[in-house]
Amino acid sequence: MARKPDTRILLGHGGGGRMTGRLIREMILPKLDRGQLGALPDSVVLSGLGAAIAYTTDSFVVSPIFFPGGDIGSLAVHGTCNDLACSAARPLFLSLGLILEEGFPMDQLETILRSISRAADEAGVEIVTGDTKVVPKGSADGIFINTSGIGQINGSVRPSPEKIAETDLILVSGPVGNHGMAVMLSRAEFSFDFDLKSDSASVWPVVERLMELGDGLRFLRDPTRGGLAATLNEIAHMTGKEIRVDEAAIPLDESVSSASEILGIDPLQAANEGKIIAVIASDKGQEALDLLKECPIARGASIIGEITSTNLSRVVMTTRIGGSRVVSEPSGELLPRIC
Amino acid sequence: MCLAVPMKLIEITGKGTGKVDSGGVKTDVSLMMIPHARVGDYIIIHAGFGIEVLNPEEAEIRLDIFRELAAATARLEET
Amino acid sequence: MNPADESRTAKALAQEIGEICSKTSGPLRFMEVCGTHTMAVHAAGLKSLFPDNLFLVSGPGCPVCVTEKRFIDEAMLIGQQHDACMATFGDLVRVPGSFGSLATFRSEGGTVRVVYSPMDAIDIAAAVSPRPVVFLGVGFETTIPTIAATLKTALARGTENLFVLPAFKTIHPPLRILAAKEDLHGFLLPGHVSAIIGSDSYEYLVRDFRKPGAVAGFEALDILLALRDLVRMAVDKSPAIINDYKRVVRSEGNPVARAVVDEVFEVSDASWRGLGLIPGSGLALKGPYARFDAAKSFPVEVPEAKDDPRCLCAAILTGAKTPDRCGLFGKECTPEDPVGPCMVSSEGTCAAYYKYGAA
Repeated sequence: MARKPDTRILLGHGGGGRMTGRLIREMILPKLDRGQLGALPDSVVLSGLGAAIAYTTDSFVVSPIFFPGGDIGSLAVHGTCNDLACSAARPLFLSLGLILEEGFPMDQLETILRSISRAADEAGVEIVTGDTKVVPKGSADGIFINTSGIGQINGSVRPSPEKIAETDLILVSGPVGNHGMAVMLSRAEFSFDFDLKSDSASVWPVVERLMELGDGLRFLRDPTRGGLAATLNEIAHMTGKEIRVDEAAIPLDESVSSASEILGIDPLQAANEGKIIAVIASDKGQEALDLLKECPIARGASIIGEITSTNLSRVVMTTRIGGSRVVSEPSGELLPRIC
Repeated sequence: MCLAVPMKLIEITGKGTGKVDSGGVKTDVSLMMIPHARVGDYIIIHAGFGIEVLNPEEAEIRLDIFRELAAATARLEET
Repeated sequence: MNPADESRTAKALAQEIGEICSKTSGPLRFMEVCGTHTMAVHAAGLKSLFPDNLFLVSGPGCPVCVTEKRFIDEAMLIGQQHDACMATFGDLVRVPGSFGSLATFRSEGGTVRVVYSPMDAIDIAAAVSPRPVVFLGVGFETTIPTIAATLKTALARGTENLFVLPAFKTIHPPLRILAAKEDLHGFLLPGHVSAIIGSDSYEYLVRDFRKPGAVAGFEALDILLALRDLVRMAVDKSPAIINDYKRVVRSEGNPVARAVVDEVFEVSDASWRGLGLIPGSGLALKGPYARFDAAKSFPVEVPEAKDDPRCLCAAILTGAKTPDRCGLFGKECTPEDPVGPCMVSSEGTCAAYYKYGAA
């Protein structure tokens, strides 16, 4: 009895885990890949244009639209800037596509546009083209946003999975899970008060500093949907190597850790919107941390693990009490576990 | 089965209700099952209800046992 | 405790467990009754610290795992035929029935609201009135009082459109069945259930079955401590019930919580996935609370559900088999494509094996 094919799209298909992977591999790529798409980069370095240009696109459908530490507007700027930054490209230009539901409050739209404007100014990008559509009531959840971005690559640092080698270190630029937890706690069904904010931010300042490591900077990824667990598994699959991480070294804010215990959710699977996972050469660990010292959005950066010589595409964690276990790929929608 | 966490009771908000906090995450809970809970107590919260008040003496005894075991291991590590 | 001391404590306990286990040549098999213990054991990688002859098997204390397919089917039929809004703990959203899960129901236009507390269902009922709101009533002794208290509140407020589909279970009846098994040498007892029913309530394990039990908390060190006590009692053949979670569990439990339950529910029989019908292991709404019973208020024709005959969940739920013995495990049965309930529930044995693996 083979797996029954999905006849409908489920929310889990958008969770950034295995279901998303299957949808892309089995449904989308076979029809569209002409060579560059199959590598599934967050952003692509366009060839044949003279300069080295990185290009990416991302859609934003977050619920709730407003959450502590940001809103769908600032997220739409940061998310696309961060995909460019992971190609070591300085974000320069964004397009902005708005899909608005009939009846959406004008004052909320204004708030979101101001937030987009502020985030773009802070990130040093300009909105240069756009589009607006309105759909009948019930056809969308208030507002959806798509942004595409163009960035420029200067210098010779080109992080890519091929550069990852045994003994390389894994660095995370700060505490994980803040965005996913802040959004989860803000949902209408839950009545929590909390001083926990999304980490939504442009990570370009972090990347720019890490680029000083030159060839010591092997690879960059922003651990968004599926969180740290998804990104580490992705790196393990790309390299075919076992990754070892140390649970005690993974930075977690107390509020995130509390919220994850209350809701029974693994913080390693919760999304981040202002963090970088960097793979760096084994002799560059301290230097990387020193470079990030003065960077406010890399507060609490930490070396959490390394690439081993074992040829098993998996992530193994040494737990706080000295046990070890596999960190598996998140499989779909994050759900609180209570009973 | 029955995920429950200790949270600190920071306020009695009404008859049989209170506000609890853990690491800056706060929520309103029912104290219906633990009428003896007092502000400052740590209470075990399951699905929005306090199910028991944490006994601080017992918590301390447990920590003492663990500290002792840790110290014994530390001594072994030194030799 | 700082991480260094935590791992030193774990080392000391693991060493002691190893020493006790080495006094016996045969295997020592204990059951962790509670699904949250299953999760904690795997999340901390505890099994990597065990000696070769110590085995921990998972028990029936995972509400999602022991809930029959029929329950999901009934809930979805009520939702479809009566335009009911489903309120549920997150645990149940992805559990497959015969024709999909609540996630499927939602993708087809049904309303599913994930709540943290059953009390939230009262607010949802007020917001969507007069549409019926059906709370999916799964859970053990820890959760049941929260439902009872919610219904007391609903009755007092005169909430007319809130209902509960009951599939509640109590732990003693299946535990008695499992305690009779020769190849189980003792039980890691559920901490939060015990907070309600009390550590004294397990005396029959010793008296009738000569089996030790240890009530454990949920931190890795709590579990190691309780395991140390269990292996010691098993090897010394001196069974007793030890409460290793005294900071939360009283010997008499929480009588106030039990009184709320007695006011709303009466004992009934219940069907367990994997264990079948167990007399006196369920609860039914009684007296003025009977009107909240969704099954009685919205009768639907539920077709007979068939489980995949190759699925070993039944044997896994009773500790007779481990997930790696199942031909479907990790191939046709994965967390995002679960065949059986032990893979669906995040605290199910198969899901925990799959998610945390052995490393």
